[in-house]
Amino acid sequence: MSSRKKLGRHEARTAYLFITPTMLLFTVFTVVPVVMALYLSFTDYDVLNRMNWIGLDNYERLLRDDLYWQTFKNVLYYAVVFVPLNIVISLSIAMLLNRAGIGVKLFRTAAYLPTLTSAVAAATVWLWMLHPEYGLVNALLGYLGITGPAWLAQTNTAMLSIVMVTLWQTVGSNMIIYLAGLQGVPEYMYESARLEGANRFQCFLYITWPQLKPTTFLVSTMAIIGALQLFDQAFVLTQGGPANATKTPVYLIYQQGFNQLQMGYASAQAFVLALFILVFSILNMRISKSDESFV
Amino acid sequence: MRAHDIGSSPWTRNARVAVFYIVATTLSVFMFLPFFWSLMTSVKPDEEIFSLPIRWLPSTITFEHYVNAFQTVPFALYFWNSFFLATMGVLTNLFFGSLSGYAFAKLRFRLNKPIFTILLAALMIPGVVTMIPSFYVLKHLPLLGGNDWFGHGGNGLINSFWGVILPGASGSFAVFFMRQFFLTLPSDMMEMARIEGAGEFRIFWRIYLPLTKPALATLGIFTFQAGWNAFLWPMIVLNDPAKHTIQMGLQAFSYNYQTDYGPMMAGALVAVLPILILFLFLQRYFTQGIAFSGIKG
Repeated sequence: MSSRKKLGRHEARTAYLFITPTMLLFTVFTVVPVVMALYLSFTDYDVLNRMNWIGLDNYERLLRDDLYWQTFKNVLYYAVVFVPLNIVISLSIAMLLNRAGIGVKLFRTAAYLPTLTSAVAAATVWLWMLHPEYGLVNALLGYLGITGPAWLAQTNTAMLSIVMVTLWQTVGSNMIIYLAGLQGVPEYMYESARLEGANRFQCFLYITWPQLKPTTFLVSTMAIIGALQLFDQAFVLTQGGPANATKTPVYLIYQQGFNQLQMGYASAQAFVLALFILVFSILNMRISKSDESFV
Repeated sequence: MRAHDIGSSPWTRNARVAVFYIVATTLSVFMFLPFFWSLMTSVKPDEEIFSLPIRWLPSTITFEHYVNAFQTVPFALYFWNSFFLATMGVLTNLFFGSLSGYAFAKLRFRLNKPIFTILLAALMIPGVVTMIPSFYVLKHLPLLGGNDWFGHGGNGLINSFWGVILPGASGSFAVFFMRQFFLTLPSDMMEMARIEGAGEFRIFWRIYLPLTKPALATLGIFTFQAGWNAFLWPMIVLNDPAKHTIQMGLQAFSYNYQTDYGPMMAGALVAVLPILILFLFLQRYFTQGIAFSGIKG
């Protein structure tokens, strides 16, 4: 009994020793910053001067800050276009490539390859792809007799350009997630539906789509979280322009904090943004917990 | 074969296969086009880059844009900086992540569940909320970078590689990922080794860790890719031009030399090359990571 107790104590001591480095880093770079973010959001910290407690001033200012809410409208527009397209395209590719056969692996690789690129490199390449005169996109449109727009310079197409780039970059990994989901749909369901005379479209509507609901939900919440944190692509492709049409919340917070050094106010902005993100993260966590295939 | 195909004539089946290959090939061509186009641009002479109608293939292949890119900005240095940061990220996350993942999975201690739950919950905290205070913390770490005991006077770890490495050195995701893997391993090896008098670290290092090689490979690739592609945080921490990363260098290049598309494409390709090479050799570990990363959000 006592040796058992001794072993238990020995084991616990080892465990605490093993998790010490992680917990130390976690405290310094996560716990302290989160508490501090809240604190800073009530101050006028600007790096150079002593910080003062200013109560709710930052939050009041934020409510009246048109540019801040404009960035939310921008990413909302982005999400409204991106999320459905992302589902349609990655699910279509997954359904297309959910079979055995010669070359299928190669096709999957081709769809997956863009996910390996960094956001900066992808945006740089698309900067050139979307060149109004010499770019490939407008050249291809030209073959169809369409005169392409100046993608990145026009307010009505700038955000669509960013959607195009991120779609190109992310449908590959969502395809993989959907492929895993498709392989989880039991084959007997299709067989019995077939026996009852269902056609392909009905099979999709009544079996595939409902069965993949958790996957679709997961893919969507992840996309929304990504949209709320959009930065790299907007920074490289359009620098937030034209006329702030592609400025995102993270972009604004970065500028407010690190260019204008209004770190107190930027913290308030970040905190409010984080609350929005958290809503979707919690939804996401819930759904992936109930869906065993992801854990 | 799908249930759908039963009973259809060979002709429809063949037509269906043909349609599949046409659609799949078209799709693949479109997904691959940006790679093809940037590669072609990077080896075309300048006058062929700006030609109407567009030229799909160069008349002669030239590497002047690569030379140009590497001479205009120190891409080789940036490449090395990124490589160093990404590698350090991999090493620290694999070591600390598996060390604490092992503790949470295999060792009994009273605070096991509560601490682990907190770590897991922290996965949901978006980077943007810790961005500004983390900068503050790095700047005011005591006794580092010219700081005094109270963290004043110097710049702390700002402008130091450690300012990028340390905040990401033991991500909650790495701990969680490794814990899940250790849970699948039996505990009786531990008991046996203890009876034979092996130390606890030795049991972890010599017996359990070697069994997690596939998980380490997946996590390592995942971490390397994240480190190599990181942009915003390194841009905040590293002001010294000699410490810039490849992503920062590429962004600055495309901003400062807006019409030099040849060197720009050369730089972009160099910036994706290491990940493409990794993918070529370790393909299966990449896709394994994705299904799992679903929970990361």
